[in-house]
Amino acid sequence: MSTTGTDRVKRGMAEMQKGGVIMDVVNAEQAKIAEEAGAVAVMALERVPADIRAAGGVARMADPTIVEEVMNAVSIPVMAKARIGHIVEARVLEAMGVDYIDESEVLTPADEVFHIKKDDYTVPFVCGCRNIGEATRRIAEGASMLRTKGEPGTGNIVEAVRHMREVQSQIRQVVNMSEDELMTFARDHGAPYQLLFQIKEEGRLPVVNFAAGGIATPADAALMMQLGADGVFVGSGIFKSNNPKQFARSIVEATTHYDDYKLIGELSKGLGTPMKGIEMSTLSPESRMQDRSE
Amino acid sequence: MTKIGVLGLQGAVREHIRSLEANGVEGIVIKRVEQLQDIDGLILPGGESTTMRRLIDKYEFLKPLQQYAKSGKPMYGTCAGLIMLAKHIEGSDFGHLQVMDVTVERNAFGRQVASFEAELNIKGIADKYEAVFIRAPYIVEASDAVEVLATYDGKIVAAQQGTLLASAFHPELTDDHRFTGHFVKMVEESKKTLAS
Repeated sequence: MSTTGTDRVKRGMAEMQKGGVIMDVVNAEQAKIAEEAGAVAVMALERVPADIRAAGGVARMADPTIVEEVMNAVSIPVMAKARIGHIVEARVLEAMGVDYIDESEVLTPADEVFHIKKDDYTVPFVCGCRNIGEATRRIAEGASMLRTKGEPGTGNIVEAVRHMREVQSQIRQVVNMSEDELMTFARDHGAPYQLLFQIKEEGRLPVVNFAAGGIATPADAALMMQLGADGVFVGSGIFKSNNPKQFARSIVEATTHYDDYKLIGELSKGLGTPMKGIEMSTLSPESRMQDRSE
Repeated sequence: MTKIGVLGLQGAVREHIRSLEANGVEGIVIKRVEQLQDIDGLILPGGESTTMRRLIDKYEFLKPLQQYAKSGKPMYGTCAGLIMLAKHIEGSDFGHLQVMDVTVERNAFGRQVASFEAELNIKGIADKYEAVFIRAPYIVEASDAVEVLATYDGKIVAAQQGTLLASAFHPELTDDHRFTGHFVKMVEESKKTLAS
């Protein structure tokens, strides 16, 4: 007798990725570079977030051919993105056998009100969050892994830092709060009470929380680990730099040894140019991906 | 106090530490080769074996780990850790530490959607043991020197060879600490033997 798709199996899969780097790739060749560099998983996409931003229009689930090509190219887990609320894109990716689905604000949302009910699926999901309210709502919907939203495709770490600090600080508030204050906190943050209670008991989120959205250098990755991330997603940062192989390897090492400054200094030498990046105040409100869901 | 290390390059390190502490021993995260001298036993955790191997090579852990496995101090590999211990990997000309007389197949039960939980009987260690398998390998072939501790669906999923212990499942993800307890016993016995 065996059971698939349990919380332990889905959340456990994310636990195995801890301390690792998950890299965005758009073809088999990039996937192999990522695996060779020591990525713990790859995210198969049609375009990296920086190019999605530049292209405009509606961003959808990748062509299944690309996802399949990546799945055949590497032995590490393969993730893929579905639009927020797009039940069918998610089911298609599950049927293809992808290892994790990112219900992602990087793509144009299919539903502006509801997220996918993720606990109905055998495949695990990762979702973005900016605060404890979003984090716990996604977990209650069945997400087995979280990541900060940051601001994807900008190469600017400021939003990921904001979101990681916010979540960590709110966890500390909940842990230190007296039990009779918890319900009011739950109401104010739209956070499921039972999950807050569990966080208070255990002192941490019940699923892993990676950093994502703006990581462009080894020092950025190490910074996010120091702020409490369990691992990092690097989207445009690797294949939009002028030396992807070197960037990929250096970011992997900086994530493992995030408090070894001498090493991070060495890793950062002669890396070449990172992606150019975008300053937040130059982004128009409608181009802010993080505001696409709550 | 008995000190057991968990190789902390990548993977489910914190959970193993928690499981060791539940068994009343000290768990230490190992990130540097020098730290191997301070511990009585070592766990190679689950994670991504290709990532771990790259970091093992980068930080020159390979030889020290191989020597450690032969030193008489026990070593336990879970999931990716089992792949690290195995002499042969199905479909590959390369191995990692290559210290245990087994051939393993990676992701042998399939991709993540096929990951599962099942109840196992583990010889002399635990009956009705809830085992969590995540993109798990299994042992395809084991030499006579290897004792098979558990099978699932006819596949070898736990085994021991002297001071080497391996499981395809993840004892650190449940609150049943019996299998990790068995490893702790192995370490405590080896401490006595090595001291005498």
